[in-house]
Amino acid sequence: MKNTEEIFNLLKEKFGEAIIELKADQPVEAFITVNPLELDKICKYLAETDELKFDSLMNLSGVDEANGESTKDEEGNLTITGGTLSVFYHLESTSLKHKLTLKVSAPRENAEVTSVSEIWKCADWHEREAYDLIGIKFLNHPDLRRILMPYDWEAGHPLQKDYRNPEYYQGMKVPY
Amino acid sequence: MALKTEEMILNMGPQHPSTHGVLRLELQLEGELIVNVVPHIGYLHRCFEKHAEAMTYPQVIPYTDRMDYLASMYNEFGYALAVEKLLNIEIPERVEYIRVIMGELQRIASHLVAIGTYGADIGAFTPFLFCFRDREKILSLYEMTCGARLLYNYIWVGGVSHDLHPDFLRLTKEFIDYFRPKITELNNLLSYNKIFIERTANVGILKKDVAVNYGITGPMLRASGMKWDLRKDDPYSVYDKFDFDIPVGDGRMGTVGDSWDRYFVRVLEMEESLKIIEQAIAQIPEGDVTSAIPKRIKPPVGQVYSRVENPRGELGYFIMSNGTPNPFRIKVRGPSFINLAVINELCKDLLVADVITILGSIDIVLGEVDR
Amino acid sequence: MIYEFFSNLFNNQVIGYIISAALPLLFFILPFVLVAVYMERKVSAHMQDRLGPMRVGWHGVLQTIADLLKLLQKEDITATANDKPLFNLAPIVVFAGSYAAFAAIPFTGAYIGSNIDLGIIYIIGATGLVVAGILMSGWASNNKYTLLGAMRAAAQIISYEIPTILVVLSLIMITGTMNLNTMSQMQTGYFWNWMILGGPGLGVTKFLLIPFMIIGFFVIYISTLAEVNRTPFDIPEAESELVSGYHTEYSGMKFSIFFLAEYANMFAVSAIVATLFFGGYQSPFGYLGNTLGAHWLVPIEQFFWFAIKGTFFVFVQMWLRWTLPRLRVDQLMAVCWKYLIPIAFVNLIIVGLITIL
Repeated sequence: MKNTEEIFNLLKEKFGEAIIELKADQPVEAFITVNPLELDKICKYLAETDELKFDSLMNLSGVDEANGESTKDEEGNLTITGGTLSVFYHLESTSLKHKLTLKVSAPRENAEVTSVSEIWKCADWHEREAYDLIGIKFLNHPDLRRILMPYDWEAGHPLQKDYRNPEYYQGMKVPY
Repeated sequence: MALKTEEMILNMGPQHPSTHGVLRLELQLEGELIVNVVPHIGYLHRCFEKHAEAMTYPQVIPYTDRMDYLASMYNEFGYALAVEKLLNIEIPERVEYIRVIMGELQRIASHLVAIGTYGADIGAFTPFLFCFRDREKILSLYEMTCGARLLYNYIWVGGVSHDLHPDFLRLTKEFIDYFRPKITELNNLLSYNKIFIERTANVGILKKDVAVNYGITGPMLRASGMKWDLRKDDPYSVYDKFDFDIPVGDGRMGTVGDSWDRYFVRVLEMEESLKIIEQAIAQIPEGDVTSAIPKRIKPPVGQVYSRVENPRGELGYFIMSNGTPNPFRIKVRGPSFINLAVINELCKDLLVADVITILGSIDIVLGEVDR
Repeated sequence: MIYEFFSNLFNNQVIGYIISAALPLLFFILPFVLVAVYMERKVSAHMQDRLGPMRVGWHGVLQTIADLLKLLQKEDITATANDKPLFNLAPIVVFAGSYAAFAAIPFTGAYIGSNIDLGIIYIIGATGLVVAGILMSGWASNNKYTLLGAMRAAAQIISYEIPTILVVLSLIMITGTMNLNTMSQMQTGYFWNWMILGGPGLGVTKFLLIPFMIIGFFVIYISTLAEVNRTPFDIPEAESELVSGYHTEYSGMKFSIFFLAEYANMFAVSAIVATLFFGGYQSPFGYLGNTLGAHWLVPIEQFFWFAIKGTFFVFVQMWLRWTLPRLRVDQLMAVCWKYLIPIAFVNLIIVGLITIL
């Protein structure tokens, strides 16, 4: 069993610059921030090394951090520019019984993260949901389309903090 | 020389007696053999995660009920555990025992629905009514405690909303004695019935490593031969004080990981839950159940991922807080959402009638798939 | 007797024949269906630990009449893309097929609809008309699901006629006649003269036949269960995947005709099994009318025994429906071709050898 600090040191040796920092001062769990475009190599290493063996992806969640500049126009509508969108990965090893949390952050305007669905098939639907609700594009995903919203929803990504409901969808009035 | 036939697309549409909710399965068939199954979900998406960002932490609890409406106690349990970890508060022991009793009764009720509806899909209508008759007794126990039969709003952050009724423990003991022979009756009627075995054995075989890679948890994973249960492998609440067994599928009617195993693991789990409830009733201490409920929940900046063993699998809550009384982000990892993704793998080269068998054995609840 | 009455009434033999063959059956089938629907609901309810219809009439006896009134006043929906002639004709064909089979079944010693020598072969031929009706309804509904259901139904009914005929052949070999009336009269006496216990007469053949008669009875009971599409063979009808099979698109009066035809069919096959193996209208203990000297009482008693035997087998069919799950299509075909037909063949050969003795 390894804890997050040891894993951080191991990863830092192997990947160097792609591992950005270890944040361990907030409750409850410590997490490692990683470069979004190198993620698939890091995860492949995590899944296949014998001393780490992270064979199960417990959870993958997109988060809109809302840490850019927010401006409110006359009607009180919020718009956020700049800042990041992030994805949290919670990994676990069923044989060695240790856990790990990873975080990647990508710029809000063009958020791109490499997909890990080749390594853990579980990530397939999780990534589709993150794309659908938060708006993060996953590179090399086999079938990236909306999953919970209707397939032709054009008005944006609902879970972003500055999302507004459209007036009409296919001729039906949206506001209740 | 093989005959070239045209592929037919058959829609098991959103309204269907056997898809356990609004789920659309698009089957691409060649004759009666299945080439591809594409599930389309989102018909029951009620924007739980967006709502939660506008409410305070205690106000989220009735909304968590409504996700997996057949196992509401566990949804609240998971959420309460996650927020308590974030706040780092201690809760009285009586509360822990009450939560375990409620959770295990809920597990039995949920498995009864799963088993009954599975039999009804296969064509055996009578076990369905027997299971619901037994479930009625559990629901009246719940009604005695918190007033509701299906969506409880009972387990709050830091405690529970009401203490147990004075007759509750005695009536629960009576229920356990009533229910034990009913499991044997159910086995004789349904589980060991030759026609049922022919319909379900060797159908939809899921191997252990495929299951772990797809993130399958719960009775589905245990039926594939892997002994993994969060109550033992990552214990939460007071589960480490009880002595119970984890039933694992062993392929006695067919292969390990087929639909019969998935069904039978649920029957065996009901038996184990009875053991846990008996031990909990014997060990429950006295105490005040509402003393640790905080007046105002304002957790520090941070995030937590905590998980519990739902009747359907691993229910995980990822809660991110930014210091305000409203959660910044709640993400629910619903087990049915993940378990449903594997249906394409399982249905390769089977007949149309087998899709129903496999879908029933996965045991999904659309409220949890779509949130 | 009834035939003479009607032909004198109309002064015409043909019309007399037709009415005497058709009318009394109508007056039997319709009340029977009312009773059967009520019985099914009560039997299923008590097996499932609940009560069933309780409000309409005393303990729900008027429930079927209420259902009939409801179905009659429902809107008769026909979709635009349906093939209208076939769509409207299908329920009638199905009902005609099951109704025509009643003509050759002896209800009592004094009445049989049509006393033809072909007897049982005519019945098996007439029930084949049901297949045509089902295919018509499945195709004309213009719906992928109903088409699948209808094709499965056709395959199932046609395959399961074969074990039925093989067992019937073995019985024809023993009795030497195809006329059901003659067969019933041969089983007169007490219950040890019934075919299931080896047939009339005493001797080695009778006792040798008993095990093979019992096997034949089980084979024919299972095959006729499949012919009327009852669980465990009810794939065409109530598969949860096909919603309601070949009668999904029907509503109102047409649906009630399908419904009626199903229960009439159930009674027809139960009556055939009872006549072939259990003595038809013969009583197991002798007749009260004979002991009292009132000979007009005997046909009434015979009718009573016939109705009881038929209803008992219908009850067993309902019992099986609410206990067993459903077989899948390929398993159903496997049961017929791999198990029932070989057993029926071997049965036939052995019975033939025994009768030569």
